[in-house]
Amino acid sequence: MTDTISGDSFTEDGIAESEATPRVRRRMSPIVPAQNVVGRALVSVIAIMTFLSCLTLGAVTLVRDTATVWESQISREATIQIKPQDGMDMEAALESASLIARGFPGITGARIVDREATSRLLEPWLGSGLNIDELPVPRLIVVTINEDYPPNFQRLREAIVAEVPQASLDDHRTWVDRLVTMARTTVAIGMAALVLMLAATILSVVFATRGAMAGNGHIIEVLHFVGAEGRFIAREFRRHFLATGMKGAAAGGVAAILVFLVVSFWSARNLATPEADQATALFGNFAIGLSGYGGVALIVLLIGALTAATSHVTVVTYLTDIENRQTDAG
Amino acid sequence: MVIRPDGGAAEAAKKVFQHLIRFENVGLRYGMGAEILRDLSFEIPARSFQFLSGPSGAGKTSLLRLLFLSLKPTRGLISVFGKDRSRITRRELPHIRRRIGVVFQDFRLLDHLTTYENVALPLRVRGREESSYRSDVEELLKWVGLGERMHVLPPVLSGGEKQRAAIARALIEQPEILLADEPTGNVDPPLARRLLRLFIEMNRLGTAVVIATHDLGLMEQVDARRMILSGGRLDIYD
Repeated sequence: MTDTISGDSFTEDGIAESEATPRVRRRMSPIVPAQNVVGRALVSVIAIMTFLSCLTLGAVTLVRDTATVWESQISREATIQIKPQDGMDMEAALESASLIARGFPGITGARIVDREATSRLLEPWLGSGLNIDELPVPRLIVVTINEDYPPNFQRLREAIVAEVPQASLDDHRTWVDRLVTMARTTVAIGMAALVLMLAATILSVVFATRGAMAGNGHIIEVLHFVGAEGRFIAREFRRHFLATGMKGAAAGGVAAILVFLVVSFWSARNLATPEADQATALFGNFAIGLSGYGGVALIVLLIGALTAATSHVTVVTYLTDIENRQTDAG
Repeated sequence: MVIRPDGGAAEAAKKVFQHLIRFENVGLRYGMGAEILRDLSFEIPARSFQFLSGPSGAGKTSLLRLLFLSLKPTRGLISVFGKDRSRITRRELPHIRRRIGVVFQDFRLLDHLTTYENVALPLRVRGREESSYRSDVEELLKWVGLGERMHVLPPVLSGGEKQRAAIARALIEQPEILLADEPTGNVDPPLARRLLRLFIEMNRLGTAVVIATHDLGLMEQVDARRMILSGGRLDIYD
């Protein structure tokens, strides 16, 4: 431009400026200004909402995994119970039933719960030093099932009862069904909570981003009037808000992972204490596993992308508004 | 002393371009209100110099906005660089805007960018590398007397400095036409005279200039075309 300009430089006091102005090299400031108060609030909102979403996701993952473990553990075993009867040889009956079970397809093993173990089982109710031969106590055989090829329980029941009429087979079906229903309900409630949490996160992020964008209207307008193309303006804002969103989301995600790691560490350290045993029995070892970490990463990416997309839509809407203002006049 | 803009150059240019912007029976109303501009027919010839004047509220800013394509007329025909305004698409608009420099009454400088970055903004938004325009921007800033204020943020500039930064931003892309809305509205008379000199110099270098002002004193300093808006109508005194 200025190769055609001639004559004195223009100054307020009318004196030509010195040509020897020192050239200061510095990086160009970003077109969208760096963090201000609104921007920092946006990062905080995103971080908090991501943290809560990731916690919810982790909790749902935990409940789902635990429910699966409950299901598989309880359905891995069945119990043969033999009730005592006058004149029967309990040991022989146990052996016989155990043999039938072992030879049945789909059964991987059968273990007779011996006298000592049976006494221990009854100890909480009947006290120690119990002689179970003096009492008509039913005896148990724990049958291990091949989970991939489970046996036909009805046939097994018939085969055992034919040989030992006092025997009954409990395949835990009632328990398993109840547990499956409970587990599925818990997971469904968790998923519903997760969906609500994600919806709340999305709405908060959208509104917080729009709030942060509101202070940038004059920048969009100036860029528009100096001849910037809509896609250039949208790209600048998208880039800025993607970085902002990712910063907040990563902070929230990392905080959530830290919570899980700390709780998992605490549970491992206190393995022998009753509190930890209780918690471990309910929730396993608090490890959310690879799918949990993958989910957290996905939420972080989703929220970053959502922030960028919201700023993009806001810029496009703003530019359309500028155009419409023109049309209003017409 | 009355200064004459470069009329000879304008005559020569007319042979190449008859006009940069042309209005034919243009009318404008906001919403359902009364027409604030009526039957405007005029041309802005290449390399010409004109004042746009009239009482406050006469529609000077609205007319400038029509010239700058930030408003569409209610009726009539506007052609810009030979292209019908109504046929200019959203995609073409930025390219046409780059040929029109605008100095807003309120400067519209971005407070988080330095004077240098504000002036370089039109080039930056075109995706040009800073190294390709750095010396041009620095030279222009020196020319408008802001060489020492290059890396200062607008909030610490005086009114006159902001005005000159806004003018420099409008000129950096060597526009074919420069529109200035009350460019001397915020400065004292001596500075107003010097800003006027700057516009005249730009005009000598080939840019058509339209200055919207109600400062009669300023207009009396230059023997130039006057476009007077009154009651929504335009009278032109060549």
